[in-house]
Amino acid sequence: MNVIVCVKQVLISTESLKLTGDGKIVEKGMSYDINEWDIYALEEAILIKEKYGGSVTVITIGPETVDKMLRGCLAKGADRAIRFWDPFVEGSDGFILAITLSEIIRLFEYDLILFGAQASDDGCAQIGPMVAQILAIPHATLVTKLELVNNIAKVRRELENGVDEIIEVDLPAAFAVQTGINRPRYAPLKGIMQAMKQVIPTLCLQDIEILGHPSGNFISRIQLERLYTPEIIRSALILDGTTDEATDKLLAVLSDKGLL
Amino acid sequence: MIFIIAEHRTCKLQDITFQMLAKGRALADKTASALVAVVLEDGSQSYEHILSSYADSILKVRDKCLSNFNSEIYQEVLCGLISKYKPLLTLIGHTSYGIEMASSLAVDLGFTFVSDCVDLDVKNHRVYATRQIYGGKVNSLISLVGENCIATIRPNVFKGAEKEGLHGIIIESPFSIEKTTRRKRFIELATTPTGDLDITQADKIVSIGRGIKKEEDVKIIADMAESIGAVLACSRAIVDKGWLPVERQVGSSGRTVNAKLYIAIGISGASQHLAGMSSCETIVAVNEDPYAPILSIAHYAIIDDLYKVVPLLKDKLCSKRR
Repeated sequence: MNVIVCVKQVLISTESLKLTGDGKIVEKGMSYDINEWDIYALEEAILIKEKYGGSVTVITIGPETVDKMLRGCLAKGADRAIRFWDPFVEGSDGFILAITLSEIIRLFEYDLILFGAQASDDGCAQIGPMVAQILAIPHATLVTKLELVNNIAKVRRELENGVDEIIEVDLPAAFAVQTGINRPRYAPLKGIMQAMKQVIPTLCLQDIEILGHPSGNFISRIQLERLYTPEIIRSALILDGTTDEATDKLLAVLSDKGLL
Repeated sequence: MIFIIAEHRTCKLQDITFQMLAKGRALADKTASALVAVVLEDGSQSYEHILSSYADSILKVRDKCLSNFNSEIYQEVLCGLISKYKPLLTLIGHTSYGIEMASSLAVDLGFTFVSDCVDLDVKNHRVYATRQIYGGKVNSLISLVGENCIATIRPNVFKGAEKEGLHGIIIESPFSIEKTTRRKRFIELATTPTGDLDITQADKIVSIGRGIKKEEDVKIIADMAESIGAVLACSRAIVDKGWLPVERQVGSSGRTVNAKLYIAIGISGASQHLAGMSSCETIVAVNEDPYAPILSIAHYAIIDDLYKVVPLLKDKLCSKRR
């Protein structure tokens, strides 16, 4: 099984996420890391390789600063990592990114393409099915279990209210995996050492045939008007004071309501 | 025209359908256009008669193979319908069905796509969408370029439509579904096991989330829960780590609970979690983050380190007992 995993580096949003006066996210002092869902996609790919043989290729779109994330993927067991970067990417919408990813993927042989079900920054949950559509392969999202038998994937999808759906999908196919599908490993020291020495090939626009894509143009159809901090409607009565005082207040409230 | 794609499962129209009808109606009125509900079904239910009191027209496609949702078949049918009528905007739920189908459908049609909207507006034939990013910490207002757009709608943001007493025209759309080999096949629905504990029946729940740093710490909270006779539940992050089983998960993909008391410890309150517990009678949040979304629905909150609050709370509860 040759597995391609598409990963994304995201800004980790802590409580201190702030906007500048003109509505841009203040990135100073913030940290970046691999998108949480993608960690599970990578683990699933490595598990598949360990079980069936084959290779794991990690692909991302991003500037040089994402190489550290890619080395993290190599350290865990990916065979190679490819980084694409071109200035047009900045400000592109999901569709343009999906076309770009698809054209990169076409350079490789694959049986499976794995994605995280969504990214923690924009939460769009759209790229996996878009890439599958562009590559004309079937897909499934919100995958919580993946079993492969004779080029057919038996897939468990998470629906709502504790109900799941079992489907079958013919390979090659794309899957967007949900967190919890596996228990991601930590990178072993040996892997970290080896990953440091590995070369990460970089591709740019001229390496892929995106210009020839029938529906390809570089005009983003999603345009950002503005970012703003939502008004916080804080309904909660804050039980303040020292920890001792606050807990006393809470016990008094619960006791009044007959909840103890 | 404004289209909404009705969602149904196990013979029942889902709540999101009525939420889309409400938002769809507002947008249809604003653009002086018709609200059209699209329903794909197998003929076992008469969804169209329910929908006809909310929408101006109902486009119905009936075929045996539409009994269970299958994005491959649904996309093929919807692609045909939408490209025939070319609505300005098509609304689809940002649900497990919508996430599976909407973005690939948009690519198939060549339409502009935006997902997980918490608001939508149309001004001068241009669609504007509001989305929440970074887990609800920032909102983004975006505009969509293109004659035709598809948007998925976050569940439980819009109130379900009130019956309008309309008599929408029901149009059965003939559609021959190509009997090619399907690459994607529905097998069955499966319910996650309830285990020996049904948290939906609990009166008091103490629930834990990402704020819990180590697996061993679950015990500290479990002890506190026990001291007030509460059941221990959790958010998704704890199940993903394998610290508690899935039947303890509260949220849209887990269980919906209606307890008298819900104490959320170290749970920031992603919209999926809030969907599963917002109707609890008394909600208490213990969280370090004064901006955590859980504070928008909690009744009482302690803004402090849970590792200081919980042990103290437990000691006080135990001494009270004595």
